[in-house]
Amino acid sequence: MAMTVQRSAILPIPRSHFLFVIRIRECNETSEKLSKIPKINFTKLFINGDFVEAVSIWDREMGSECNETSEKLSKIPKINFTKLFINGDFVEAVSGKTFDTIDPRTGEVIARIAEGDKEDIDLAVKAARHAFDHGKWPRMSGFERGRIMMKFADLIDEHVDELAGLDAIDAGKLFIPLKMGEIPAVADLFRYFAGAADKIHGETLKMSRELQGYTLLEPIGVAGLIIPWNFPSTMFSLKVAPALAAGCTMVVKPAEQTPLSALYYAHLAKLAGIPDGVLNVVTGFGHTAGAAISSHMDIDKVSFTGSTEVGRLIMQAAATSNLKHISLELGGKSPFIIFDDADVNTAVDLALNAVFYNKAKNNPTGEICVAGSRVFVQEGIYDEFVKQAVKRTKAWIVGDPFDSHVHQGPQVDKKQFERILYYIEQGKKEGATLLTGGNTCGEKGYYIEPTIFADVKDDMVIAKEEIFGPVMSLMKFKTVDEVIERANNTIYGLACGIVTNDLNLSNRVSRSIRAGVIWINCYFAFDRDCPYGGYKMSGFGRDNGLHALHKYLQVKSVVTPIYNSPWL
Amino acid sequence: MAKHGNGNSEYLEKIPDVKFTKLFINGEFVDSISGKTFETVDPRTGEVITLVAEGDKEDVDLAVKAARKAFDHGTWPRMSGFERGRIMNKFADLIEQNLEQLAALDTIDGGKLFSLGKEVDIPSASSMLRYYAGAADKIHGETLKMSMELQGYTLLEPVGVVGLIIPWNFPSLLFFIKAAPALAAGCTMVIKPAEQRPVSALFYAHLAKQAGIPDGVLNVINGFGPTAGAAISSHMDIDKVSFTGSTEVGRLIMQAAATSNLKQVSLELGGKSPLIVFDDADVNKAVELALLAVLYNKGEICCAGSRVYVQEGIYEEFEKKIAEKAKSWVVGDPFDPHVQQGPQVDKEQFEKILYYIEQGKKEGGTILTGGKALDKKGYYIEPTIFTDVKEEMTVVSDEIFGPVMSLMKFKTVEEAIERANNTKYGLAAGIVTEDLNIANRVSRSIRAGTIWINCYFALDRGCPFGGYKMSGFGKDKGMQALYKFLQVKAVVTPIYNSPWL
Repeated sequence: MAMTVQRSAILPIPRSHFLFVIRIRECNETSEKLSKIPKINFTKLFINGDFVEAVSIWDREMGSECNETSEKLSKIPKINFTKLFINGDFVEAVSGKTFDTIDPRTGEVIARIAEGDKEDIDLAVKAARHAFDHGKWPRMSGFERGRIMMKFADLIDEHVDELAGLDAIDAGKLFIPLKMGEIPAVADLFRYFAGAADKIHGETLKMSRELQGYTLLEPIGVAGLIIPWNFPSTMFSLKVAPALAAGCTMVVKPAEQTPLSALYYAHLAKLAGIPDGVLNVVTGFGHTAGAAISSHMDIDKVSFTGSTEVGRLIMQAAATSNLKHISLELGGKSPFIIFDDADVNTAVDLALNAVFYNKAKNNPTGEICVAGSRVFVQEGIYDEFVKQAVKRTKAWIVGDPFDSHVHQGPQVDKKQFERILYYIEQGKKEGATLLTGGNTCGEKGYYIEPTIFADVKDDMVIAKEEIFGPVMSLMKFKTVDEVIERANNTIYGLACGIVTNDLNLSNRVSRSIRAGVIWINCYFAFDRDCPYGGYKMSGFGRDNGLHALHKYLQVKSVVTPIYNSPWL
Repeated sequence: MAKHGNGNSEYLEKIPDVKFTKLFINGEFVDSISGKTFETVDPRTGEVITLVAEGDKEDVDLAVKAARKAFDHGTWPRMSGFERGRIMNKFADLIEQNLEQLAALDTIDGGKLFSLGKEVDIPSASSMLRYYAGAADKIHGETLKMSMELQGYTLLEPVGVVGLIIPWNFPSLLFFIKAAPALAAGCTMVIKPAEQRPVSALFYAHLAKQAGIPDGVLNVINGFGPTAGAAISSHMDIDKVSFTGSTEVGRLIMQAAATSNLKQVSLELGGKSPLIVFDDADVNKAVELALLAVLYNKGEICCAGSRVYVQEGIYEEFEKKIAEKAKSWVVGDPFDPHVQQGPQVDKEQFEKILYYIEQGKKEGGTILTGGKALDKKGYYIEPTIFTDVKEEMTVVSDEIFGPVMSLMKFKTVEEAIERANNTKYGLAAGIVTEDLNIANRVSRSIRAGTIWINCYFALDRGCPFGGYKMSGFGKDKGMQALYKFLQVKAVVTPIYNSPWL
């Protein structure tokens, strides 16, 4: 069905590219599974200033396929912002260079984005430095900062369709969950930290002598925020909101794969009244713009979410430049432990979500650092679990993220797509049993079937390394001791899932697992108020909660002698 | 009062037996695997005191293995915080019982004033243990108010095996500034003392065992930075390194952490701290404070107040009085109770300070007083004050770690703030004024981790200490230091039928 959509003035996308169909593939095995998928009726959508009728959902037939409709592709929002945002203005890169951002559904170019490099970072840092050293942002009251952040959040809510559309075409994320879940959560995160901005309290100290001492929590200065591509909007807010609340100024570098929404947020920040220079966005690549941030002598702190490899580079650059503070939220290979007393159906649901999420559900594809990719199932229910997990996985629908029936969209880019396929091959070579999936899906776009390996050993590559894709390693265990040991047998320590209703068991295992987040009978139970970050090589520093705010503050102790105090 | 006095030979006799010279691994004193040793030297004479086992990578590996086992399977992180606290208090008792011997070890090993060691350093070390002993059973996570039907709480858990790399300037105090909060947190540890000051740490290890700290919890590896220190920083089984020392070495440690297992790092590095004296100050008191700020511990202290800014109204008087006072300062044998300043820690440091004094002269600074070494054996340097200096000169911009002050004049508060902040460091700052508004304004404006108003070196167990900017990150002392050795775990479950969120 046809739909009029304003397209980017910068890069018109030829109509022919909308006509893209994935070849029929038997992704869905049984009809009975399919019938359980609720029919979701779209309401009208607000796109580019017009209410438009959403694409209707065609009824899925029995034995329906992993596939795609061309019409949904037309929901591309207008792309207004493609330049760097420095000191309150959208500007070209100093070099004049641009790079393409790609629609992972088609592999086609969406827009050309200004490519920032060292010189652009220098300009952005200069603006941020000035805004911090002399501007009003860190000097106004926390209450006032909070008011402006609230305004910013309102604007995000008002532009939810545009923002959801940008992340959908840029990262292959499902449109509806973006619109209903992720983008509103971004606005709420700004509200959470807005409410914290006027509650930044130092302490008075009880000293051992006649001294009066207190601590001040002061903004750390100019922050460099380096954001990954898997949750472009959420990650932007996780870093930017607490830094703003603390009174820092910042240079944000979005991932080169997903630069669009960050520029839109910058535009909204300006509209909300965040002063020029406080929030700068420089799009570009890691080894140029990212490296310039990490090694900059005038950036006081870098907060990074991404791969362990890049985390290392950032920490090294900080060490060799100005010893800036860093916090790293890195990779994971999180265990998901299911005990005999679990309800198998619930456990299967949780386990599938734990690994296929991000491009399944909110952002389906397993492209999430906390993916529960090592699933340990106790022997009493193992066989039943395998049976159900396979059945359920085969009913999983892979396709265009704009389609509301779809469980899982494409992987973010070609590199990631190929990396996942490489790991699947490795799993086969090392002798793991491929229970389901293992192939690409469709002829165009970066679609991969949800894949489950059984008979996986702890030392196989697929059980050790972060794949960042829809690949589950399924393992059987006997005793609690055994599973604690095996679950901890990893260089990572980001998260862990536990499924049991036994209080003693859940207490013991949650204390024993060396990971930053433990989800019992749930997974991905993220919350604004709940600190999130890794143990071991998953990094250090916390996002979310007041711990994240404290990351952007530093402690100053102030001491004076006291005379004739009635008590110490 | 004596002039640049010098040590009386009788004090040289007070050399204690050095009982412990080997590595302390898993509760035992052992030779290094290589069998190598190195000399530790008495800075009063430049003579060798004893040979100390020289640990290297293999020895660090053994120590980490012991610490790993003690953490992963041992009783220390599994006993209650209260019990850990009891053992730490016992440890503190033992330190006090061996006070004289410990103070003497730090004196012969580093030229620290014996009386100061006995009255301040060693008692502070045991008090530090007691402070954190009392905190060990007060490690509280939080319950969370979630936005959905979820029950969430945080646990603060020990970070694991920690590497503690200690500088030579306060061997006893810094040993416990690092080890006490790590012990309270339930961590196990490998400690590398400075190669210049290896002996008291071994004595502490011995006392730790006597106090009942389980084998493997506290290991001491003596040795050198490029070998033992590097092995700690790059070790794949150490979860955290806490370091106090130079900015250069801080960089190396952070790089090693980045390229190995991404261990957490906290760094307490150099400083070039300003002391700002305003017109309303009592000049006599200000002079005393300024001298203390730069000459305490021979200037071998990272938070030394080595840039002194005096407002123009009292500058002339201040300059005159400080010169007089500095000239009567007594430099000599640290065992002599009349002595105010002992020798610098070693030859390298001694020569580095003299180099900076030469640089200061070359760059056009005027020597108000001092400016050379004492004409006697040992590493003694006169208290030295430069005037006519500017922020861009090396004597003003670089950390000297010796008794060298840069004295400067300023007019306005704005000027003082700007010049005081004109440094890559941000460890501490001193302010002398009775004016509340100036004190408030300046203490907020200076980018430094500690502000002392009308006092200096007012360090306190309960008061966080650590840098802004290139002075590092992570705090020592206070509850902040305990949190450094803890990590946050969030635990979340769904809740059903809760009456409220």
